[in-house]
Amino acid sequence: MTTDPTPHQVASRPRMWTRIRESDIGYSFFRSPFAMVAAAVTVAFLLAAALAPWIAPYNPFDPAQVSLWDGKLPPSFAGGDERYFLGTDNQGRDLWSTILYGGRLSIIIGLAAVFFGMTLGVVLGVVAGYLGGWVDTLIMRVADVQLTIPGILVAILINGVGQIMLPQELRAEFSVYVVIFAIGLSDWPQFARVTRGAALVEKEREYVQAARVIGLPGWLIMWRHVLPNVLRPVLVLATIGLALAIIAEATLSFLGQGVPPTTPSLGTLIRVGQEFMFSGLWWIAFFPALTLVILVFAVNLLGDWMRDALNPKLR
Amino acid sequence: MFSFILRRLLQSVLVMAAVSALSFSLFNFVGDPVNNMVGQEASPEDRQNIRDALGLDDPILVQYVRFLGNAVQGDFGLSYRSKQDVSDMILERLPATLELVAVSAVIALVIGVVAGVYTGIRRDSWLSRSILSVSLVGVSLPTFIIGIGLIYLFAVYLRLLPSSGRAGVTDLGFWRTSFLTVDGWRAIILPALTLSLFQTTMILRLVRSEMLEVMRTDYIKFARARGLSDRAINFTHALRNTLVPVVTIIGLNIGGLIAFSIITETVFQWPGTGLLFIQAVEFADVPVMAAYLMFVALMFVIVNLIVDILYVSIDPRIRIGSS
Amino acid sequence: MRHLKTAALAVSVSVMAMTAAQAAGHGGKTIKWTSQGDALTLDPHSQNEGPTTAMNGLVYESLVTRDPELNLVPELATSWEPTEDGWMFKLREGVTFHGGEALTAGDVAFSINRAKQETSDFRTLITSVTGVRVIDDYTVELVTDGPNPILPNQLTNIFIMDSGWATENNVVRPQDYAASEETFSIRNANGTGPYIITERLPEEMTVLEANADWWGAGQFPGNVTRIEYRPITNAATRVAALLSGEVDFVLDPPLQDLERIGNTDGLRYETVAQIRSIFFGYDQGAEELRTSNIEGANPFADVRVRKAVSLAIDRNAIQRVVMDGLSVPGGMVASPGVLGWNAEHDTPPAVDIAAAQALMAEAGYGDGFSVRLDCPNNRYNNDEAICQAAVSMLARIGIDVTLDALPRSQHFPKIQNRETDFYLLGWGVPTLDSHYIFSFLMQTGGSWNATGYSDPELDALVEAMLTETDIPARTAMIEQAWDIVQAAEPYTTIHHQVLAWGLRDGVTVPMAADDTPRFRYAVVE
Repeated sequence: MTTDPTPHQVASRPRMWTRIRESDIGYSFFRSPFAMVAAAVTVAFLLAAALAPWIAPYNPFDPAQVSLWDGKLPPSFAGGDERYFLGTDNQGRDLWSTILYGGRLSIIIGLAAVFFGMTLGVVLGVVAGYLGGWVDTLIMRVADVQLTIPGILVAILINGVGQIMLPQELRAEFSVYVVIFAIGLSDWPQFARVTRGAALVEKEREYVQAARVIGLPGWLIMWRHVLPNVLRPVLVLATIGLALAIIAEATLSFLGQGVPPTTPSLGTLIRVGQEFMFSGLWWIAFFPALTLVILVFAVNLLGDWMRDALNPKLR
Repeated sequence: MFSFILRRLLQSVLVMAAVSALSFSLFNFVGDPVNNMVGQEASPEDRQNIRDALGLDDPILVQYVRFLGNAVQGDFGLSYRSKQDVSDMILERLPATLELVAVSAVIALVIGVVAGVYTGIRRDSWLSRSILSVSLVGVSLPTFIIGIGLIYLFAVYLRLLPSSGRAGVTDLGFWRTSFLTVDGWRAIILPALTLSLFQTTMILRLVRSEMLEVMRTDYIKFARARGLSDRAINFTHALRNTLVPVVTIIGLNIGGLIAFSIITETVFQWPGTGLLFIQAVEFADVPVMAAYLMFVALMFVIVNLIVDILYVSIDPRIRIGSS
Repeated sequence: MRHLKTAALAVSVSVMAMTAAQAAGHGGKTIKWTSQGDALTLDPHSQNEGPTTAMNGLVYESLVTRDPELNLVPELATSWEPTEDGWMFKLREGVTFHGGEALTAGDVAFSINRAKQETSDFRTLITSVTGVRVIDDYTVELVTDGPNPILPNQLTNIFIMDSGWATENNVVRPQDYAASEETFSIRNANGTGPYIITERLPEEMTVLEANADWWGAGQFPGNVTRIEYRPITNAATRVAALLSGEVDFVLDPPLQDLERIGNTDGLRYETVAQIRSIFFGYDQGAEELRTSNIEGANPFADVRVRKAVSLAIDRNAIQRVVMDGLSVPGGMVASPGVLGWNAEHDTPPAVDIAAAQALMAEAGYGDGFSVRLDCPNNRYNNDEAICQAAVSMLARIGIDVTLDALPRSQHFPKIQNRETDFYLLGWGVPTLDSHYIFSFLMQTGGSWNATGYSDPELDALVEAMLTETDIPARTAMIEQAWDIVQAAEPYTTIHHQVLAWGLRDGVTVPMAADDTPRFRYAVVE
């Protein structure tokens, strides 16, 4: 099972499709109903997130569209108002619309956090592997230390300090970025480890040595060869990381450290909703929680399948 | 071996130095401590007096050196909020957290290893698949939802277990334990279960994949060829080989349990250090936050050090690899 | 040596507690209760904060106290009267501290002076007291710097300590912030009150047993001899403890769970109007707002804009949906029960979006403006949800509001440091007198007046009412001051809070508007 050395070649569509179907991964994918369902659900969520402004009947982030008198209405199928399919929250926002927008925010935060952690980790991994010496030691020691400190603790801290360090005027605006930074930063060491390993191997290859001899920056060439090699483990890590990031965002929100409730994410919706768990307004927490669980479950399933499928030892 | 431990020790000191800098920086960033110490009637002059008394207007470096010097002696000052000695507060809460973490670790270990071995051996049975799926649901549910769900089910609906708090505590003088009474055990079940869920899943998955790997090794194939029974192979040979990494991971996961106890303790009002920390964050009680951070970092450093040393003594290859 | 004495006292206190419990015998009942936060300290003068005062009020007593209807009633003083220099108090005879010492005038003088020290959190309440004269063992005179008609009202939370005990344990001053060690009085208490603390685990559990030697034994309807208090921070968990029968009484159940409590067999809830008003404050003094898109002018400086906000806020919707009916929509920063309250001022305007828009246009802000609203998220009932509701209501008249909701420890400094354009605040009035409101919120430079509102006429009235002893004249001054304030609208009131307590059937704790459970009146069947 070797990777095609030139994966970036543009292939005509039918050929590419056949190649995917006939590849190992494709084969495993189309044999695994779990993976297919998980992928379908994940894609559906991504689509819903991307299209939320067009799918949602209301814009819950626009205060002028919200009437407090419509607050706390049950879902239309449970005796509520037929304008509101899943009912309304305590502020009178349409829950269905709010979940669409909130899910969008959760997914964006999750993706951005993972992307941030991934980029940081891969870059630092290549740097550590290529330069070696004290740079390597420094980066990997920091990674070790950070791996031992649980991500959620790091996130609570960074977020707490970040919220306070920012000037007040920027705080509301930047809360999303602080959350992304906080979650992403706790994520990078794993990416760095994987990349560093691959970089160490590539560094010794003749083409890198040759490039060095003729005066080309070796890392530039290496970069193109290291990346394809770490693509698979990084993809697996990123998928699992996405699920963890979405949960981490929800947990931060539960502890009151997340995005503000005027522009709620799924986590903030659940935090607000759980205050109504005992009072019979079950839908305010239930539907966002269900959405979160299905989303994270699907992403986890996908990541799980990938880990098995991309690990040649297990096949 | 000796130089390896020495290097690790040095590394630990560096970690503590970094964490202490972070802890100290909290004093300058989090809220205005003075506001938490005075009532709503206090005048601006009163506030300034307190700032002076606490040395809040001294140069940063002076404040940091003072902080470090005191921290080394275990003196983190008084809580802004309750004005009690911070080290005492943390030590008082420590037994609650450690007992919760211990029970959770045992639950996670037992369920995780048993289910992991089973799913590793019977890789394709429907039960294995169900266990794996259920475990995935477990990691997909945020801890706080699980906690509130368990409270609703077992305390409010079934009225079987208490909903929150620590009960039936026996004071041994140096340690307040809830292990000696039935009430104590009843109170610890729900929070421990909640806290253990994530770790159970991690251990389950780790044991499973280790089992899968070990089962493919020549060593097991050879044992099979020798005609040993499946049972003997699975338990004496395969499991034993998976345990080294599992034990290591559990060691490291103790840190994770302590961190996640923040959330569990908040939901269950478990009077441990995590609850103390989150209340301190809410009130910007910086001395408590700083001390908790240093304390957690110290725990991590110690656990890591022990795990490293164990690892090296168990597996000589690591020693060679690291030098 | 000191330690020996301390130990001896601790033993004697615990022996007393046992006798108290035994004395209570079969008639004694236990009450288990919970609320959000634990007492911060047992030092009676160190923290002026609800839960702390409630706990200390079980152990310590003051000269004068309030009954559940908030009438002033005798406690350690049996009678009091104004004198030329201040007020004279006659002390109750035969009262002993838990440690066994008898209460004398010297203890009162010591305690008042202690509460006046710089490290005391209660000293602003008694700034008018310049000295204490011990006349005899049971008579004491509080000298004031001028006539102070409301001094007894200000003394209800000034607890009396044993001077000998305080000296022995080195707690003559309330906790000093600069001290590197905690003081004895933080974890130990020695008062004259009806209960003795027998077990104290901060944030975990506090157990109190009846004091058999209490002067009031048999004079109050209560039959509770043991109190077990366990704070529970998370609201859902707190309600779960009541629903599952683990506690008898929840002081602060979330409003939305009351229906559930009421519908559960064996549980009920009770409500009473609280002396606390919730309102928005505007920075009307600044040249320009910090968080607005309007430059070179301050929209809130125009009273028409403030009146427009008031017209746009749908107080009834907030009451019905956000507060689940548990608030009293209002129009002034004083609740019924406070001297100076009147129904006319407290009637809020009906919602009128068209009129509000017209006012905005008249003021030159027909196209609206943007501003940030600062809001606490853990201080008042549903505070964050109120602000959120206001955001959408103000959007209708073109005010684009960004909400910044923070824990109280980060919200209040914004007000005290004058760093906010638009904010939510609540104000309770422990003295039940409007002066407390004017001096903090409306007087020029008042320590909680972050609005920049300043009116010399009002300032003069507020100064005058401080020393006016003629009650009708003083009341007229208060009324006149309110007329000025209501016309200027420096604040827009939303409502007055309503308290709700959740109880198990068979447990009666008389509700009081100050949110303090008075267990000496509590009956457990």
